[in-house]
Amino acid sequence: MILVLVETDADGVALLSAEALTFARGVAASGDRDVQALVVGAHPASALEGLAAHGVSRVHHADDERLSAYSAAAWAAAAVDAAQATGATTLLAAASPRGNEVLAHVAARLDVSMAANVVTADADGAGLAVRRQVMGGAALEEVHLTGAAGAPALVTMAGHAVDPASADAASSPSVSTFAPVLTDADLVARVVRSEPVVNESGGLTTSRVVVGAGRGVGGADQFGDLLELTGLLGGALGVSRVVTSLGWRPHHEQVGQTGSRVSPDLYLACGISGAIQHWAGCSSAKTIIAINTDAEAPMVTKAHYAVIGDLHEVVPAVNAEIRKRRG
Amino acid sequence: MNTLVCIKRVPAASSAVTLTDDAMALDTRHVGYTTSPHEECAVEAAVQLVEAHGGTAVVLTVGPEDALEQLRDALAMGAKGAVHVVADTDAFGPADVARAVADVVSGRAGSDEAVDLVLLGNDAADTGDFQVGIRLAYRLDWPVVTGVRSFTISAVDGAARVAALGDGPDGVEHFDVPLPAVLTVKEGGITPRYPSLPGRIKAKKAPVETLAPGFEPAGSGRVRLHLPPEQPSQVQLLGEGADAAPALVDVLEQIGVIGR
Repeated sequence: MILVLVETDADGVALLSAEALTFARGVAASGDRDVQALVVGAHPASALEGLAAHGVSRVHHADDERLSAYSAAAWAAAAVDAAQATGATTLLAAASPRGNEVLAHVAARLDVSMAANVVTADADGAGLAVRRQVMGGAALEEVHLTGAAGAPALVTMAGHAVDPASADAASSPSVSTFAPVLTDADLVARVVRSEPVVNESGGLTTSRVVVGAGRGVGGADQFGDLLELTGLLGGALGVSRVVTSLGWRPHHEQVGQTGSRVSPDLYLACGISGAIQHWAGCSSAKTIIAINTDAEAPMVTKAHYAVIGDLHEVVPAVNAEIRKRRG
Repeated sequence: MNTLVCIKRVPAASSAVTLTDDAMALDTRHVGYTTSPHEECAVEAAVQLVEAHGGTAVVLTVGPEDALEQLRDALAMGAKGAVHVVADTDAFGPADVARAVADVVSGRAGSDEAVDLVLLGNDAADTGDFQVGIRLAYRLDWPVVTGVRSFTISAVDGAARVAALGDGPDGVEHFDVPLPAVLTVKEGGITPRYPSLPGRIKAKKAPVETLAPGFEPAGSGRVRLHLPPEQPSQVQLLGEGADAAPALVDVLEQIGVIGR
């Protein structure tokens, strides 16, 4: 049985967890095992509807008032309890900050190996044969995970390795609520306060359109046309590591291995060469359009569409064209 | 206040990578090396702690002989000591690296060099395991906070604590843990300095403590590496310069991200 650690948000099952559930069904198909879900702490009722749509056979709900503030160790304690009580052979989570963190805690607690950022997994004898992204996805590492005696194989699924999709047949899973065994040590490193991010460019990871900006922009005061385009498309601005390293834009706008991984319908990369570090964050976009002076830049050759030229000439013309067509 | 900051030597590949003949490693004959980005921020944080609170900042790496280069870079930024656990990193899984670091920390316990805080990068740019800091914390039985963008140290009722913040799903999350502790640092809140020339000269001569790991590594479980299937370029050129704007907006309409 594959147990999926599911993160929830106000809308129900979080996007990356929906991907992980979709991925889990594919892995289960290779080994004829079922998929169950673990949710920790409070969650909206819509999360259960989402889990039913994903066809999970059971939902395990870790419930304890001490779980109201996030603590990776406490979540891991809950995951270990659930995995051991159910005899799960695989514990899977999204390779989100929470997913990677909680599974690494589980790995340390059980003293077993863990594979992060996995893109494929197949049942292989008693273990799991996985391929995982290394070097920001420029190479894949093949790893054989052998579940140690009584311990599950631990896997986090790379963001956007699959498109999230409902199961062919929805289920009506039973919900079993349990109280995990928590020690004081599990609660030492917990969130004591949380404050919403003030992000003037909108939700980078949730936008349908991301306008990307790289070194080719030329300076902190050269973003006017790009911000106008971002506004016209109702999207978010995303920038390369060079742009944040030079201090042109804040780090929370960075797309890439050390920033955000985005999967918009459109990524419009302006003046970005497309180094591995950046490609790791934008390669899941459905359509990529590059505007670049260098026709040989990796971003251009890997894009679906490209315009060769200076973004400071092309982008104002695109803005004018959009305004013209809107009348 | 003694800080141990752990760094990793990683390939500085910017475009395509190639593999060795046995596909067990990257072919690094034609690429340079660097310190994994999050860890440059960790080194900076360690140096700033010494500037603010005194104490020491010692840099440690578990890596091949050539990783001395990255230790020297950290010394040039202001680290005051360096420990080199010489090991073939490809043979060391994250649990092995954590064990090697824990051995160094335990070896200093009770001495003037006792470690109060271990800083690491949130994840290595090459292997991206996300595990060393957490596994280390469990070995030491210390609290761990990951993905830290910035932090401050303060004394509360005579006991040192660290207040750390990082990005959570709903915004900025604050943690407050007692020392000793492990923090894994993420790029974004701490900007690494460029080493000064005198700093570089001093770093060249600084002593580096060299150790051999005291155990056989369990390994990473790597079977081999693969390159992702090469995708032939299918780019459709829409034109050059401003004249291409109508064609580009046509595409925006086709894919439905813009209404007329």
